Amino acid sequence: MAGGRHAGADEGLTPRLELKGVSKRYAGTLANDNVSLCIGHGRIHAVLGENGAGKSTLMKIIGGALQADSGEMLWQGEPVKMASPAAARRLGIGMVHQHFSLFETVTVAENIAVALDEEFDLTALAGKIRELGGRYGLHVEPHRLLHHLSVGERQRVEILRALLQDPKLLILDEPTSVLAPQAATRLFGVLRMLAAAGCSILYVTHKLDEVRELCDSATILRQGRVVALADPKQVDSAGLARLMVGAALPAVRRTGCSREPIARLRAVALSTRPPDAFATALRDISLEVCGGEIVGIAGVSGNGQSELASALSGETTGRADAVLFDGEPVGHLTVAARRARGLACVPEERLGRGAVARMPLTDNTLLTAHAMGLIRGGLIRRARVGALARSIIERFGIKCAGSSAPAQSLSGGNLQKFIVGREVSLSPRVLIASQPTWGVDVAAAAYLRQSLIDLSRSGAALLVFSEELDELLEICDRIAVIHQGRLSAAKPCTGAHLEHIGLAMAGIGPAFQSAA
Amino acid sequence: MRIVLEPRAAPRRLMRVAAPLIALLATVLASVPILLALGLNPLSTLKIFFVEPLNSPNGLSEWLLKASPLVLIALGLAVGFRANVWNIGAEGMFTVGAICAGWLALHFGAGGHAWLLPAMMLAGALGGMAWAAIPAFLRTCANTSEILVSLMLNYVAALILSYLVNGPMQDPEGLNYPQTSVFAPSAMFAPLIAGLRINVSIWVTLGAVFAAWLFLERSFVGFQMSVSGAAPGAARYAGFRQGRMIWLSLLISGAAAGVAGMMEAAGPLGQLTPVISPGYGFAAIIVAFVGRLSPLGILFGGLLLSLLYLGGEAVQMSLNVPASLARSFQGMLLFFLLAADVLIWHRVRLKRA
Repeated sequence: MAGGRHAGADEGLTPRLELKGVSKRYAGTLANDNVSLCIGHGRIHAVLGENGAGKSTLMKIIGGALQADSGEMLWQGEPVKMASPAAARRLGIGMVHQHFSLFETVTVAENIAVALDEEFDLTALAGKIRELGGRYGLHVEPHRLLHHLSVGERQRVEILRALLQDPKLLILDEPTSVLAPQAATRLFGVLRMLAAAGCSILYVTHKLDEVRELCDSATILRQGRVVALADPKQVDSAGLARLMVGAALPAVRRTGCSREPIARLRAVALSTRPPDAFATALRDISLEVCGGEIVGIAGVSGNGQSELASALSGETTGRADAVLFDGEPVGHLTVAARRARGLACVPEERLGRGAVARMPLTDNTLLTAHAMGLIRGGLIRRARVGALARSIIERFGIKCAGSSAPAQSLSGGNLQKFIVGREVSLSPRVLIASQPTWGVDVAAAAYLRQSLIDLSRSGAALLVFSEELDELLEICDRIAVIHQGRLSAAKPCTGAHLEHIGLAMAGIGPAFQSAA
Repeated sequence: MRIVLEPRAAPRRLMRVAAPLIALLATVLASVPILLALGLNPLSTLKIFFVEPLNSPNGLSEWLLKASPLVLIALGLAVGFRANVWNIGAEGMFTVGAICAGWLALHFGAGGHAWLLPAMMLAGALGGMAWAAIPAFLRTCANTSEILVSLMLNYVAALILSYLVNGPMQDPEGLNYPQTSVFAPSAMFAPLIAGLRINVSIWVTLGAVFAAWLFLERSFVGFQMSVSGAAPGAARYAGFRQGRMIWLSLLISGAAAGVAGMMEAAGPLGQLTPVISPGYGFAAIIVAFVGRLSPLGILFGGLLLSLLYLGGEAVQMSLNVPASLARSFQGMLLFFLLAADVLIWHRVRLKRA
């Protein structure tokens, strides 16, 4: 693997990987339509496209998880058939999935061990994980159980697992969606280092800035087809966006915030004891959210976001006066009691939490909207439930086979739209939303953000947890940063400096000295 | 080559209904080699098994009479199964219900009171609920497995019954047989048709089918139970209380099984003996699954399992085949049904490794 990025003289002649006319059809829709792609040695190549453009399918074909219906794949000039992920791994293809493929009930080290074709030595592996994590800034404790890890930490495990296999081609599917800006910058450094060492990188994303910053070339997909092969250094973001979306990007309108003087949701010196040794304890968190404003909580996942959301929503209860609604102590009340006072919630996990996978959308509407006159005398008013479900589907433009479609039949983005739509439809007084646009395509994300803004401008108090700082800057009136269970004071967004927040996300800087 | 199960996004509704029929067909087919191995003509044996029991009014009466407790118990179990509460102690709850009702029958039977049968039914329900409260309490307070606790309590209940009919409740004029006195007429259900054993208790079961349908398919509490079974995380998120679901499902299944025990004691049995159930509490688990955990389905499932009982007796009498043949039919039915369920929610793909 000697030589720099541009050292390989033959890189133009025998690319690392070449796809020719690859097509894949799923039940009637062409997910990939005659896609061709070429990646040279040590190059960073972007695959850019909205959700549903066919990026994931293409990556699965390259990674061996799916077989193409037609087309050809050349690995270092040789035709190959990628029969399974194991076969792809043997060739030297490493994969960092967007939807993680990790085992919940075992530790980080064990998760990585099962993917490696070597002797099972957890102690040695733990050392390697720490070493590699230290080198690339991907810190994960090797002996933590996976189900205690947040989304962001899980992704680190995925990246580490791929790197431990010393890949020749590394595929990353939306890797920065859960990283702090500095961490993303560090990751880019890592990727450049890998590329310089000869590893080719396929970088799948819908974020234009990243493509322009990092990638040498970009294949742009729309509706399963390659619409352009662009040089990201030559085309500006707006140009890339037009190619990707097929139209100009929808912009979010944000009107001035008319914040009510009294806090509707307050946390006062909220602390929690962690349920196990590895969960994050909340330490002395104070927070105020008023009607009419959106407060954002930035931070790398795993720093106490889910614990804070649970404490505010009532899934974990505690001291009565640690959480206040309209000045009244509710810290000891259950979820049901808090919901009855006008709380709504968008959880981080969609299936199994925000929605019941096997149940139809009607039942999933009933899940939290039951107080909207859907129950009479203990019995469900089916007609009303159906009408409400259909109105959510229509208002939020959810693509599904009608209101009786099971939640699991919806794509991630559409299900997210449904859950956000349902909670917004409750006209809550307080809405707590975690990662409201995670994995949702650009246009839908803009629509969801607009819905959140509109909800707040109609007088609701909104608290949004997101790891996408750009998203928070776009919609929030004030932003606080959470780090290792401590929350910085919320600062007005106007003038909030990206770097300042970024440093706070890493636990550095003055933000935490001024914290209450 | 490798066999892979891939989840289906949306299983077809028709298949969910068809699965029990497919399982029944597979059971019949799989029984053919077994019958051949026993030296029997499969066709005529199956006819004796499935058709002959229903050839006479008495046969029909026995069919409904046996289906009734199966359906009633299965309705109660289905409530819990939907909430992922695995009560397999219906046999014990059935027994305790029968004991409680029997105690009332023996003490107040002579009075000829009109309130006696309703009171016995209440006592049966309370007895079953009390027995079900033990696993519910232990599960909610100590996080024990309700499966193991309810299973073991079956044996405890059987031993209590055995003790009672050998001691405190034994018939003083019963020549030391382990049984109670025969209940007075006021403590027994009147036959629906003279000369047949079928009695008015089947109306109770039919009423329970409707009540269970209302509860499971239309009530919000029933919906909450289904959610906490299908996705406990979603139930917590929505604010449904897990502990309440466990208590409710166990108490409902306990009440149903207890009433079934009462109806068996006050119906065909007319007294308590050391063994009062031919495994209804276990067979009802199969009934609940054959019936897709839906009340109407359970009605049909109960009729099917009842027929398996009668068929087993019929082949035993006319062909001298062990009655356990019926048990193996039950087992195969459940086995094939579970297999069919896997195929409803998943599709099988052959993958080249």
